[in-house]
Amino acid sequence: MAGAAVLGRLTWLVAKVVGVAAETARVRTIVLDVPGWPGHRAGQHLDVRLTAEDGYQAQRSYSIASPPGEPLSITVEELDDGEVSPYLTRELREGDEIEVRGPIGGYFVWEPGGKDPLLLVAGGSGIVPLMAMVRHRAATGDRTPTRLVYSSRRIDEVLYAGELEELESRGDGLEVAVTLTREQPPGWNGYARRVDTELMREVAWAPEQHPAVFICGSTGFVEAAAGALVALGHDPLGIKTERFGATGGG
Amino acid sequence: MERLDGNAIGGVLAEIFGTEMTVAVGVCGSCGTTGQMAEMHVYVRAPGIVARCPGCESVLVKIVQSERRTWLDFSGLRTMQIDATPPPAAGR
Repeated sequence: MAGAAVLGRLTWLVAKVVGVAAETARVRTIVLDVPGWPGHRAGQHLDVRLTAEDGYQAQRSYSIASPPGEPLSITVEELDDGEVSPYLTRELREGDEIEVRGPIGGYFVWEPGGKDPLLLVAGGSGIVPLMAMVRHRAATGDRTPTRLVYSSRRIDEVLYAGELEELESRGDGLEVAVTLTREQPPGWNGYARRVDTELMREVAWAPEQHPAVFICGSTGFVEAAAGALVALGHDPLGIKTERFGATGGG
Repeated sequence: MERLDGNAIGGVLAEIFGTEMTVAVGVCGSCGTTGQMAEMHVYVRAPGIVARCPGCESVLVKIVQSERRTWLDFSGLRTMQIDATPPPAAGR
């Protein structure tokens, strides 16, 4: 018992940066090699800890972007008043080492093979844990009918755009609906309004289909999206939410 | 102050309890709302962490950490149920 508890205990591990890739102007994906990493499930996150030369430490949570079984990666958005994210998005280089602990979370987690359709609702960088689910679904050949509703301010802030397009084009039951709330490029034929009851009525599964729902975004976004679904008659117990903010992701 | 949810303190709770805690089930001592820790309303910009009941906003949990000690107040919870075997991680 004690031994098992010690083994399972969350400890800080040294992570080596083995790749960095710009997703957008302010968002970067960081690939990590973490000896001792126990593996993760789609939707989980990890904590990153940075230690300054004077010993000052800062830590933040980041969603894991990679699916289980692939090299561990996080996608980080730079926040203006962020203490940790600007270092991760601007300074961190391949070969650098940071500390991580995880995986964390058992609530906001998706496993393939469910019998109900899946509804994923992302606001901004809230797409990251949902992308791990979409990637896990694709990697395992899962055919769960899946709709991803992804709200972004403008087209150049949409993460994983090419990959989402490719995954949707496979025709294996993934549908992606992007809504651009602030600015739309000429000829845009996607949605152009905030996630509300009207939009959800159009793109979400009907309540009678009992979809498994995962919503991730800012607190305001999550409340609006979940509220819209409940107003349409969806069971609140089928809706899982994860809110992030400057403090959780800075 | 921005409100988060219990997912945001999954790491801190795992550090304290030694196991995955976002799926632990708590019962609010004030209103009896039953839910998973991930569903708590969480504020982390206070001097410590404050978690409130999503049903009635009563304070359920307070956590203050420094380098030398961790101080806990879970008195707002009537009970808390922790699964003995959290689901295993699936592959690397």
